[in-house]
Amino acid sequence: MLRDFLRAALTIAGKDLRAELRSRELLGLMALFSLLAILVFSFALELDRPGRQDAASGVLWVTLLFASILGHNRSVALEREHGGFDALLLAPVARGAIFAGKLLANALFTLVIALLLLPLLTVLYNLSQFPPALLLIVPAGCLGLAAIGTLLAAMTVQTRARDSLLPVLLLPVALPLLVAALRASNAALGNLPEVELQTWLLLLLLIDGIYLAAGFLLYETVLET
Amino acid sequence: MNARSDVLVDVQGLVKVQGRLPALRGLDLQLGRGSFVALLGPNGSGKSTLLRLLVGLARPDAGSIHIGGWQVPDEMAAVRPHIGYVGHETLLHPQLGARENLRFCARLYALAEPEPHIRDLLRRVGLERRAQEPVRHFSRGMQQRLAIARALLTDPALLLLDEPFDGLDSEGAEILLHLLRSGRERSILMATHRHSLAESLADRALFLRQGLVAGELSLADAAPGTLAARHVELTEAP
Repeated sequence: MLRDFLRAALTIAGKDLRAELRSRELLGLMALFSLLAILVFSFALELDRPGRQDAASGVLWVTLLFASILGHNRSVALEREHGGFDALLLAPVARGAIFAGKLLANALFTLVIALLLLPLLTVLYNLSQFPPALLLIVPAGCLGLAAIGTLLAAMTVQTRARDSLLPVLLLPVALPLLVAALRASNAALGNLPEVELQTWLLLLLLIDGIYLAAGFLLYETVLET
Repeated sequence: MNARSDVLVDVQGLVKVQGRLPALRGLDLQLGRGSFVALLGPNGSGKSTLLRLLVGLARPDAGSIHIGGWQVPDEMAAVRPHIGYVGHETLLHPQLGARENLRFCARLYALAEPEPHIRDLLRRVGLERRAQEPVRHFSRGMQQRLAIARALLTDPALLLLDEPFDGLDSEGAEILLHLLRSGRERSILMATHRHSLAESLADRALFLRQGLVAGELSLADAAPGTLAARHVELTEAP
């Protein structure tokens, strides 16, 4: 049972990754958007050196949130193009495995964008160091964004206003994750007392757990209604 | 499949409302094992809706569907491995190649050693030489051929076809005719507007009108042209 589940999830994730390697459509779009957003933030905020350091984690997470919305919207549009999503629904695989497969691919795409952004942020926002805690915070945040995004994208894909509905739903639902990831990153970068790092990181992992549980529990209901 | 009876698909009082209008209004239908039934009717008569309900892509508002003894959609998980479906969309992944699309499908259906079967199907639908090419570079007809190969890959006991000849050129249509004629042990329900194809392939024709079966015709010993005449009589009469 578990083996079948994992096989199906990895097959679906592998298909999404292979398709993206061919077209580079999603990652290209997300990377370009993120780059422009970071540059716009850099010019628009007009901050001094300490101000830039304080703003860095906010810029990172807001950019990642919007980039992931863009990615989910495009991913859904690509999947709908020839009925690819229907093809997944017709297959004799657990609906949770479809969720897991899509989640894996989406999380990886968001993580790739985050890894592209971090060096850029270091330069543009004068970060003097790269704290190792970010290596845990960033993947955890990307996983949470992908989990809730994958679930809500499946919900909105069946509606006529899917392009505009996803951000409207995702922004408020992702807010707790955004706050936890932002605070944890700020603590890691030394903008908050060090004791807060552990608290916010634990909260971030807890929110990840809630989003993942919601995804696995609700995905079938979302697809069948 | 489950429950050895002569009836593979049993539909009773099926109702489906789309928006405010009923697409199906208490439709009854039975499909025997190994039989080939053509669904005919004007646009909007409920043919595609019926097929989407049978395949589990939509949920009925009332009525019951049993396939092989299993109730759809509640026991859909048991039914899915036994159904092949060709719909209005090709159900393909455009960035992947033809062979990759079939391999992906084979992995989802957990087919054991699918490569020989994939090779054979690609050859039979005439896509062997373009098997590596991304599907997005294919013409509509080539995509349709691959969609048909995809539906046949799992060797399903029940094949549901929604206008499968759409987009096919004469060579593609010949290939599909050959594939459908060579798979007589499976049950097939095919929605089509083409009377000549229905006459040459199906055992029975069902005429849908306004979400109900308006009549039927056995095609086993029907004279050529009977189907068209009956179609006009049943679906276009006031």
